[in-house]
Amino acid sequence: MAETTTPRRAVPLWIQITIWAFLVGLLAIVAMGLNRAQQGTVQPGQKIDDFSLTLYSGYELDGKTEIRLSDLRGKVVVLNFWASWCKPCEQEATELQEAWLEYQPGGEVVFLGLDYVDTETDARVYLKKFSITFPNGPDLATSISQYFRIRGVPETYFIDKEGVLRYVQVGPFVSIDQIRAQIDPLLK
Amino acid sequence: MVAHFGFGILLISFFVTLYSAIAAAFSNPKVFARLFRSIPTSRTQRWANTLEKLDTPQRAASMVESARRAMLLTFPLITLSSVLLIYLLVNDHYEVQFVYEVTSRTMPTYLKVTAWWGGQAGSLLFWSWLMSAFASLVTLRRWDRDREFLPWVIFVSCFTLAFFVGMTTFYENPFKMFYQTSTGVEAYFFQPPNSVLFTPQDGNGLNPLLRHPGMVIHPPMLYLGFVSFVIPFAFAIAALVTGRTDDRWIRLTRRWALWAWLFLTLGLVLGGRWAYDVLGWGGYWGWDPVEIAAFMPWLTGTAFLHSVMIQEKRGMLKHWNMLLVILTYDLVIFGTFLTRSGVLSSVHAFAQSAIGPLFFTYIAITFIASVALVIYRWGSLKAETEMHSLLSREALFLFNNLLFMSILVVCFWGVIYPLTSELFTGAKVTVGPAFYERANGPLFAALLFLMGIAPLSAWGHSTLKTLGRAAWKPAVVAVLITAALYSFYTRNVSALVGFFLVAFVVLITLYEYWRGARARQKSQNENLFTALWNLTGRDRRRYGGYIVHLSIALMAIGILGIELFQIETQGTLELNQKVSLGGYDMEYRDIARFTGPDGREVTRAVIGIYQNGQYLGDLYPRIDYYFDSQQSMTIPGQRATMKDDLYILLVNWEPASATGATFKIYVNPLVNWLWMGSLLFLTGIIIAAWPDKDPVHVAVRTNKQIREASAAD
Amino acid sequence: MSKGKIRATQYAIFLTLLAALFATLSIASAQGPEPTDDEVNQIAKKLYCPVCENTPLDVCPTEACRQWREQIREMLIEGKTEEEIIDYFAVTYGERAAGDPRDKLRAYLIPVVAILAGTILLVRALQMWKKPKAAEAVIPAIEPKPVVHHDEYIARIEEELKKRN
Repeated sequence: MAETTTPRRAVPLWIQITIWAFLVGLLAIVAMGLNRAQQGTVQPGQKIDDFSLTLYSGYELDGKTEIRLSDLRGKVVVLNFWASWCKPCEQEATELQEAWLEYQPGGEVVFLGLDYVDTETDARVYLKKFSITFPNGPDLATSISQYFRIRGVPETYFIDKEGVLRYVQVGPFVSIDQIRAQIDPLLK
Repeated sequence: MVAHFGFGILLISFFVTLYSAIAAAFSNPKVFARLFRSIPTSRTQRWANTLEKLDTPQRAASMVESARRAMLLTFPLITLSSVLLIYLLVNDHYEVQFVYEVTSRTMPTYLKVTAWWGGQAGSLLFWSWLMSAFASLVTLRRWDRDREFLPWVIFVSCFTLAFFVGMTTFYENPFKMFYQTSTGVEAYFFQPPNSVLFTPQDGNGLNPLLRHPGMVIHPPMLYLGFVSFVIPFAFAIAALVTGRTDDRWIRLTRRWALWAWLFLTLGLVLGGRWAYDVLGWGGYWGWDPVEIAAFMPWLTGTAFLHSVMIQEKRGMLKHWNMLLVILTYDLVIFGTFLTRSGVLSSVHAFAQSAIGPLFFTYIAITFIASVALVIYRWGSLKAETEMHSLLSREALFLFNNLLFMSILVVCFWGVIYPLTSELFTGAKVTVGPAFYERANGPLFAALLFLMGIAPLSAWGHSTLKTLGRAAWKPAVVAVLITAALYSFYTRNVSALVGFFLVAFVVLITLYEYWRGARARQKSQNENLFTALWNLTGRDRRRYGGYIVHLSIALMAIGILGIELFQIETQGTLELNQKVSLGGYDMEYRDIARFTGPDGREVTRAVIGIYQNGQYLGDLYPRIDYYFDSQQSMTIPGQRATMKDDLYILLVNWEPASATGATFKIYVNPLVNWLWMGSLLFLTGIIIAAWPDKDPVHVAVRTNKQIREASAAD
Repeated sequence: MSKGKIRATQYAIFLTLLAALFATLSIASAQGPEPTDDEVNQIAKKLYCPVCENTPLDVCPTEACRQWREQIREMLIEGKTEEEIIDYFAVTYGERAAGDPRDKLRAYLIPVVAILAGTILLVRALQMWKKPKAAEAVIPAIEPKPVVHHDEYIARIEEELKKRN
């Protein structure tokens, strides 16, 4: 069988390289996205990076409105993510405040409330309703909650004196004993 | 007991499918021999030798036959498994996890049956059932002319089927049951030691949103569309592997592609109608990533459907056709993956599950294999004729492909961008409708224009003059119509451009019908109606296609109306208070609260509608609250006319009572042209896909026939 | 008191009241009338619910969304413009709350470049097709279609021959 005059046009090399690069790139991106979607929250054992937080006026820590996590090194930090529109958060609000009143005099534990995607007006109503006095501030642009990869509210993160995450509580606490059970070991 | 049996049957069908795929592949060991021979190590060369020795015609024939029978066997097996699942669904077997998740005692029986596709596990089984049905259907045709395709068609179909059945069997198994152990109650494949079967009293019930009639048909239609595109893909792969890259594979699958496209379009339209009727935001398409995931294969599928015509008539665009069908399959799988893996944030997404990584592996394998095959065979996909004129019908189809691909690029980027943005900058962004509308608007407009002028251009050769001569009359009438609209209806530029294009398309299409009918009238002495009927009957593809184009133009009217002219208002009304919008006056008359038969609490308002003082009737927007799933649905009160739709919602985030209820009211002009257009679309495509009485000819094209074909148009 | 003094006192009281009235009116008009639901929704349409998946803020039924719509209303009363409100949402709740990617360049660059590249490639391909065949415009060069074989042996031979040529 005679060959035709027009030569068989194979795909030029540069096009092949582009196509494979694109395909591999796409698969890589999807793999990374899938990996991220499958990840849970930040897990215990991880050293928590520094972040800064601007607190609501009236809810300062030792008179300071701007605080950084690194300033709190040497103390146990209880990070609580909540929102005024979150019904389960209300179940633990009183317990958290009681625990704060217990641990605050000792000066070794700091409770930080992070208000997730909320309006200041409604946040204040919530805080007043449960007579909360521990430091609270908005998580602007959800940067801190994105770092912790929270799945929802409420979630509470217990960070020890060296800045290492030790326990994650997903969902509200049932009783104040649960909170004590997480803090006391970290004080030793 | 039944659940155990169902699980067993499912497991067996997985192994049968796997066997079929392997047998089909190894009926042709020389292909793998060639693959091994291209790798220059001594071991692979030895394998290649062994494989080549194994390749004898008798062995090949018997293995293919074995594979074929195994594939045919999968259908009754998977059907049995599905029937058993439906039995469990209908009979309140809440110890089975899937039954617990999607049914409840208060649901009517027909909804319990449709709950089969109401959750992840069941819908994967449904997908598998459809796949095995179509694969069996395609095997039952006569294969003597195309025996070399058969093993590869079986291989591709069974490879896909094995993946879905495997996912269902080993990961998202609908037959898992609840067992109570010392640590609590969980679902298991097999009974753990020291455990007891746990039967909940009642189930969660189907998501209320899925209980609407439209929602009942929407997933099956979509899945039908997705699954039927696997068959043309299988034939394309067979053509690439065997080297028979002429248009045989296209002729064999043309009708499959048409029906697949019909189902996919219907699935998308039904989804839009369901969203409009039930979701309560006054719209039909939200550019949500999962909607786009189903839209992307539609784009490549439509382009494929058009460009195969070119390959059949002129032997060109072979590369395009291969690429398009492979893209369609890859996008179907990719879309299914995106919907079910939780990678994207979307209102539609299924719950998080473990199938993500498995799906990803499958995607990696199929994408890489299909792209590699196309590159390997690129040279053998030579065109048989050359393109001479930039305005010939072939060239216009090429622009058509380019436009569809551009829309695909826009949509794909819109879906991927939030993902890349989050991965590389940490900032989560939302790509909203504004992006898609701005980017796709001009592209859709260009497509409308092409739809108008393509029937006027000739095969092989067309100039601006010939096209102009054919198009100027409809263009002028379209301009006049647009001018009239400008005076009486709207000043909006985008709308006017859109209406001009729609008028252009409608006029040209009707003119083509008129021309054809007149020619028949003169030559056959028939009256106009008989002429039209016979005209359509004789050339179903062309005239059915014209009807489809007409229907798309009508749908465009609806889309232009609702997108550009929608007006809305929201307000809280006391009893007997009135509100006005778009020429309608609405009076809040009454509100009632009662419990429906299937355990839902209905809050229903009565709104009286007036226009220019004249009483038009009452509308009944309501909120349905389902106790079992603790979710509510807002059903709008609608009044539909061709001119516009009055759409009233009772909002469920404010309390509704006689002292005050909050309503959201939309007036959507022209939106019913969208639904009417889609009915016409269905008619058109059924006409186009209707089987011919004459058997399919295998044409051996000669110079003479090609010249005749180009001269005839 | 003398008539003149009474007159002056009345005048002073009247002026004070008038001043108070103007002051109230100007404060009230600076705040504007209470924004209607429609005005709130016009802005809410362009925003997305920061927590729900991909739901525009004007139709989202959750309690949280209702609060955010109230916040838009408050900000409108304060006199903020639409741009300022959208900016505030993006800064406070993250970029995903703003319905349109605000960094337009990054969002639109790639699709525009890809489509342009595709069009250019296509036009060049068409030109390449036209050039060599300009001389023999009328008769297209075709290759006879491969004839369909029933016998597998002959099909294999044909294939081998094709390979070797």
